[in-house]
Amino acid sequence: MLLLAIVLVPALGAVAAYLDQAPARRAAWLVGCAALHLALTAVAWRLAPAAGAMGWLAFDPLGGLVLGAVSIVFVAVACYAVGYLRREDPRGGRAFVSCLLAFLASASLVALTRHFGLLWVGMEATTLATAPLIYDPSDRHSLEAVWKYLMICSVGIALALLGTFFLATAHLTAVGPHGAPLMLPDLLARADALHPAWLRAAFVFLLIGFGTKMGLAPMHTWLPDAHGEAPSPISALLSGALLNVAFLAVLRGCQVVHAAGQDGFARPLLIGFGLLSMLVAAAFLLGQENYKRMLAYSSIEQMGILAVGVGLSGVATFGALLQMVGASLTKASLFLVAGNVLIVYGTKRTREVSGLLRAMPVSGALLVTGLFAISAAPPFALFPGELALLAGAVRGGRTWIAVVMILLQATVFMAMGAAVLGMALGPAPAGPRPAPIREDRWLVLPPLGLLLLVLLLGLGLPPALRGALAAAAATVGGGAP
Amino acid sequence: MDRFGDVVLLLVLMTNFAVLVTGRLSACIRIMTAQGVLLAMLPLASGARFGVHIAVLTAGTLAIKAGVLPRILRWAIREAPVRRELAPSIGPIGGVLLGLAAVGLAFGVATRLPHAAGLAVEGLVPVSLASLMMGFVVLTTRQKALSLVIGYLMLENGIYVFGLTLAGDIPLLVELGVLLDVFVGVFIMGLVVFQIQRELESQDSRRLTELRD
Repeated sequence: MLLLAIVLVPALGAVAAYLDQAPARRAAWLVGCAALHLALTAVAWRLAPAAGAMGWLAFDPLGGLVLGAVSIVFVAVACYAVGYLRREDPRGGRAFVSCLLAFLASASLVALTRHFGLLWVGMEATTLATAPLIYDPSDRHSLEAVWKYLMICSVGIALALLGTFFLATAHLTAVGPHGAPLMLPDLLARADALHPAWLRAAFVFLLIGFGTKMGLAPMHTWLPDAHGEAPSPISALLSGALLNVAFLAVLRGCQVVHAAGQDGFARPLLIGFGLLSMLVAAAFLLGQENYKRMLAYSSIEQMGILAVGVGLSGVATFGALLQMVGASLTKASLFLVAGNVLIVYGTKRTREVSGLLRAMPVSGALLVTGLFAISAAPPFALFPGELALLAGAVRGGRTWIAVVMILLQATVFMAMGAAVLGMALGPAPAGPRPAPIREDRWLVLPPLGLLLLVLLLGLGLPPALRGALAAAAATVGGGAP
Repeated sequence: MDRFGDVVLLLVLMTNFAVLVTGRLSACIRIMTAQGVLLAMLPLASGARFGVHIAVLTAGTLAIKAGVLPRILRWAIREAPVRRELAPSIGPIGGVLLGLAAVGLAFGVATRLPHAAGLAVEGLVPVSLASLMMGFVVLTTRQKALSLVIGYLMLENGIYVFGLTLAGDIPLLVELGVLLDVFVGVFIMGLVVFQIQRELESQDSRRLTELRD
């Protein structure tokens, strides 16, 4: 019941928000559903209920981590949207709020489902729910962005459907015809009997398909456009929540492959795609002139790090999952702050923004702090994750991967650092309003809250979270430090 | 798969070739409608026990792939002045050659696939793979936004045909979810195609190249 409610509350909220004609109540629907979803998620974490909804849904540590991160990011984005809706009323109106809630429902379905078919249905639904949100500015740039997003992600996800069917074929070898394939627990229990060749083919298609949605290079080409052109709260949701949901879908495939003892096949693929993504991101970050696209490429780099971490296995997987949680909150915060900058300065060009610390002290400080947090500097939550990842690489006898990662991350840090400091320092722009301007509480408290959470998690991991991370890492062949 | 099923599968392949040689968009949409009808017949021919499951799947496929989707696509180009694929990077002959290569490759791969228990239906797998590859041919050689949506549909239909090898094993709820996703997906794509038409006064997706680094 509880698990079903986590999916149904935002789904029904989406319908209700669309039927409710009063613009004044839109924000209430959004924040209300978001808060209720977070509360239900917290209860689910406490109770860790067994399977619900006739076995279709279940709560496990891996899905719970992603669900928790999505729910927290969504509450922040919903609160931010209150201030945002006041300033720039989206053309979509009620559809804007409905699509946001529909996204939350489909992301929750992906996080909780135990059936690979439903997992696919949920993933495709997240694409469809977010496409209208990306096109909300309704200009030529957002049109191009949403076109690429729709076509590339739909084709990618179609390949993941083929991968899902391949997995069913592999499963039917184990259970015989009419054996109700594709349920995760059954796949894991009979992993030894799965047809190995079909399982490998399934993993390749799942990785390429869901990897497209996750922004792994070379299938990443839609991502900088979509994340760069979407309204800022939407960019925060795409980077902070949606990418991790897609990563979860890849991890579900890894779980089966790991249980079947085919790690030797899957891990080099993950490491290859991961390193390539980091390389592409670093290359495009050098000389990047648009600060929203800069954050988007940084997300590609983060996804690359996660793929490498899971590919390395052992402690590195634990580190990757901790990074996933930390980067999810940090990147959402950064995109929200970028939205504040865009509202005041009216440009996405890095060079035309200066004196942020004087003009907008809170947002400026958050941007600089966020830069250090996302670069895995201590004391933020990504730092222990990064350490575990590198330790895992060295312990596994793959020091060269650790060296390459450090070099690429240093490049990214220098490129982003130069851009962010250029924006933060210098004289405030001369304008009608004297600096510093008063910043809207709804627009600065959500990113501030997210960053504080990243800081707290960096200062000390709660035992429950540490346990969940270790348990989740173990399902894909990782270990706790 | 009985003889009736083989004939239907052959016709599915023929519709794919027809798209490859056709430049007129409205003709392409009509061909995809025919393909939708053929796909709806396949569950009946696939040898699975007839029941509520197969009946609902057939009706759903017919309604969405042969009914609603072509209507959305026709709506999307109703204001288009030019309804031809302009300057495809390969002509009809090149399209047929690539299509033949795809079919050859698909049958070659399908005969070499490791035998798996659930995979008793011979014709479905090669036709599925061939449709998938021919969809990719359309996606990579055409420029009109609507042609790309048609390429996506061919690819999706190819995957649907593979899914029929599992008919009866995949729960109806999941199958309907997939159909619903495809329907909403093409609906939104149709809206975007219509906007591209308005914005650029052509559907040439090559002109959507302002976002770059």
